[in-house]
Amino acid sequence: MTIKRNDDPLIIAGETFHSRLLIGTGKFKSAKLMAEAIDASGSQMATMALRRVDLGSPDDSMMKHLDGSKYRLLPNTSGARDAVEAVRLAKMARSAGGFTWIKLEVTPDPNYMLPDPVETLEAARQLIKLGFTVLPYMNADPILARRLEDEGCATLMPLASPIGSNRGLRTGDQIAIIIEQASIPVVVDAGLGMPSHAAQSMEMGADAVLVNTAIAIADDPVQMARGFAAGVEAGRMAYLAGAGGESRLARASSPLTGFLNSGESRS
Amino acid sequence: MIKISLNGEELLFEKAPTLVEVLERMEIPRQFIAVERNGDIFEGDFAECVLSDGDNLEIARFVGGG
Repeated sequence: MTIKRNDDPLIIAGETFHSRLLIGTGKFKSAKLMAEAIDASGSQMATMALRRVDLGSPDDSMMKHLDGSKYRLLPNTSGARDAVEAVRLAKMARSAGGFTWIKLEVTPDPNYMLPDPVETLEAARQLIKLGFTVLPYMNADPILARRLEDEGCATLMPLASPIGSNRGLRTGDQIAIIIEQASIPVVVDAGLGMPSHAAQSMEMGADAVLVNTAIAIADDPVQMARGFAAGVEAGRMAYLAGAGGESRLARASSPLTGFLNSGESRS
Repeated sequence: MIKISLNGEELLFEKAPTLVEVLERMEIPRQFIAVERNGDIFEGDFAECVLSDGDNLEIARFVGGG
């Protein structure tokens, strides 16, 4: 069984998506492999970074491997250390390709790459004024989530664990609060290392997840992309199904009457 | 000579080049690039942008990233 594609759309800033797996394009061994993994993932949104042209290999563009007709391309502001740099990168992305949706990332700390909440909020404010649709990468802070939503962001993208760490959903309790409060989509971003982590995020009620490293550095990124797609779908189905909740004691699955050699119930 | 700085590298031209001439000399494809001239994004026609001595260009393009 699969979810009928049109029954359960993800809507971001008025645009409809049928895949709840967003994908990052970094760290693949080749651009061709990246494109194959995106196809295998069924993703409808792929994020990419902006960097100085390398004058030593000026024709090394990966854009010819990305198919903007199959999935929305979402430039990010990775590398920005403050709001000024983030706004500059967003403007360059818009100039380079007409992109008005931006994944806002402001990560001044090189060790853990945690997002700077103050600069992220400031950048979001400025970018929204400039007409951008802003999808902010953020720490799993419910108060910050409210502030970003009030500012007019299109999604909230709280981190599961540090970027590229593959450590899974370490901020689950905080993300649960964000999900409970938000009226815009919550996309769990960063740190998801296995399809089970994606499933776990979706079971909690996340609207989508974004995965890059776990797929890109797998021995077989195409197979891992399929795995994540299945994990996302499994988790989403469980969320929609409504889980029966936990119990400290056993809850018998089989009837507690009619045991052999006994006329009585044992309960 | 006209001196242009491009992504931190110094380039010399006999006469003031247009942006297109700089891109052609450096073999930079014109698709999907962003150009900053002296700190401001250049949004116009690259062919009509005549550079001046001492101009500082930053040219960026998309790469893989998450």
